Amino acid sequence: MFLKDYIGTVYKSSKSLLKGMKLTGYYFSHPKKILTEEYPDNRATLKMADRFRGEVVMPHDENNEHRCTGCQACEIACPNGTIKIITKQELQPDGKKKKAIDTFVYHLELCTMCNLCVVACPSDAIAMAQTFEHSVYDKKQLKKTLNKPGSKIMEGVE
Amino acid sequence: MSLLGAPEVTEDGEFIINIGPQHPSTHGVLHLKVWLDGEMIKKVQPHLGYIHRSIEKMSESLSYRNFIFATSRMDYLSAHINNEACALTVEKGLQIEAPPRAQVIRIIMAELTRLSSHQLWWGCTGLDLGAVSPFFFAFREREAIMEIMEETCGARLTQNYMVPGGVMYDIHPNFQNRVKTVLKQIKENFKEYDQLLTGNVIFEGRTKGVGYLSPEDAISYGCTGPTARGSGVSCDIRKWFPYDGYEKVQFEEILGTGGDCYSRYMVRMAEMKQSVYIIEQLIDNIPEGDFQAKTKNVIKLPKGEFYQRVETARGELGVYIVSDGAASPYRIKYRSPNFSNLSALEHMATGAKIGDLVAIMATIDLVIPDVDR
Repeated sequence: MFLKDYIGTVYKSSKSLLKGMKLTGYYFSHPKKILTEEYPDNRATLKMADRFRGEVVMPHDENNEHRCTGCQACEIACPNGTIKIITKQELQPDGKKKKAIDTFVYHLELCTMCNLCVVACPSDAIAMAQTFEHSVYDKKQLKKTLNKPGSKIMEGVE
Repeated sequence: MSLLGAPEVTEDGEFIINIGPQHPSTHGVLHLKVWLDGEMIKKVQPHLGYIHRSIEKMSESLSYRNFIFATSRMDYLSAHINNEACALTVEKGLQIEAPPRAQVIRIIMAELTRLSSHQLWWGCTGLDLGAVSPFFFAFREREAIMEIMEETCGARLTQNYMVPGGVMYDIHPNFQNRVKTVLKQIKENFKEYDQLLTGNVIFEGRTKGVGYLSPEDAISYGCTGPTARGSGVSCDIRKWFPYDGYEKVQFEEILGTGGDCYSRYMVRMAEMKQSVYIIEQLIDNIPEGDFQAKTKNVIKLPKGEFYQRVETARGELGVYIVSDGAASPYRIKYRSPNFSNLSALEHMATGAKIGDLVAIMATIDLVIPDVDR
């Protein structure tokens, strides 16, 4: 009786092991079913999703104009203090002074890509870019100025 | 460890050894101090705090819109459900409800999160118990779910998709088709899961009868989620205190009977199938309408205390907000599932062998950042 039980257990155990081995063997002999993404070799064809959040950018049009009014809604919305907006008073043609951005400082090293700044922006001045390879050797390079030199605000954006 | 590297020995001749990575940049930073008599565990003492980031304190200086993002970093495998809990608490304070469309999206997202979390757990359990292949099989489907998240939410793990009043933006046009394709694939692959690990003799030998937790102990240690349900304690918040329209969907609360590691394993395996079942009911019936209720720019909760509980992949998460009427919370407390589940570890592991400790840890399914917060 003992021997019969023993052999039964050995049979059952080997069967369960072989069952699992069969599956791994199947995938071993079917290399086309393997779904490995060959990054970074596929860089040329790799396309991130449209909504993928890689970093905050400020889109400029062909006349080097942006839509940022310097209202600082994004600065308030950011949980980490990633955004610092330095504003200046700009003289308008009609003699009135108007608030405009001097530098839009963005600390990529502090950013958690939560998208709250983009949602908070009333004039769609900032957006999320799909770039994701951000590693640099010096932390200072991650402090970015988003408005391009010489750029000014687009006509009609209040 | 003493300075010379030899293990400490107590007066009774018990060895004291330290288990676990302790560097903050490694993952799962839990330090276990184990008292051993030969191979038998006499006592286990978890040492916490290696990855404490004071999320609760930090939230006190953030507004009601901003504090939600930090909860993705608590239990990062059910980030969506953590965000949902916070959003629901704020909604409770504002006395608003998310529109039907947002509620359905939330449930689908939460169940997808639960699926991906359980899949990672399944892979890691195999890995902990000496089987490497399950990890790759689990990541195959998990990757597909992550891609859905990436497409609709914009991020793979720390989505921050739930906002007070609904969801951040509408679902991606591809969302429904992709979810259906993935679900079909996952349902086929459940068979492979069972073939690979469930019936395996080594796996069963290492989990059956190991780490017994009686229903009474599960309750008194405050265990929730699959850890408690493996002992037969009915504690599914989705059933007992439905939120976000869970009362409208049909699903079963899975209860185990054994109370051992194998029972907890089977509960999670069955829960995955229930999650698929829930999503299947909803994916074709997403109601039209707004995806976000209108809220003020600066949210201010009325004076008072608000509490909301949700069922994450690991158990009950409670969010408790005390408001003094200002734009940021006066005090926030998270009742995290992992902290309570970890407290039962000593009870389960005492008297077991050191190899069983790994099996017990694997089936509690701990996420350490949630323990420390």
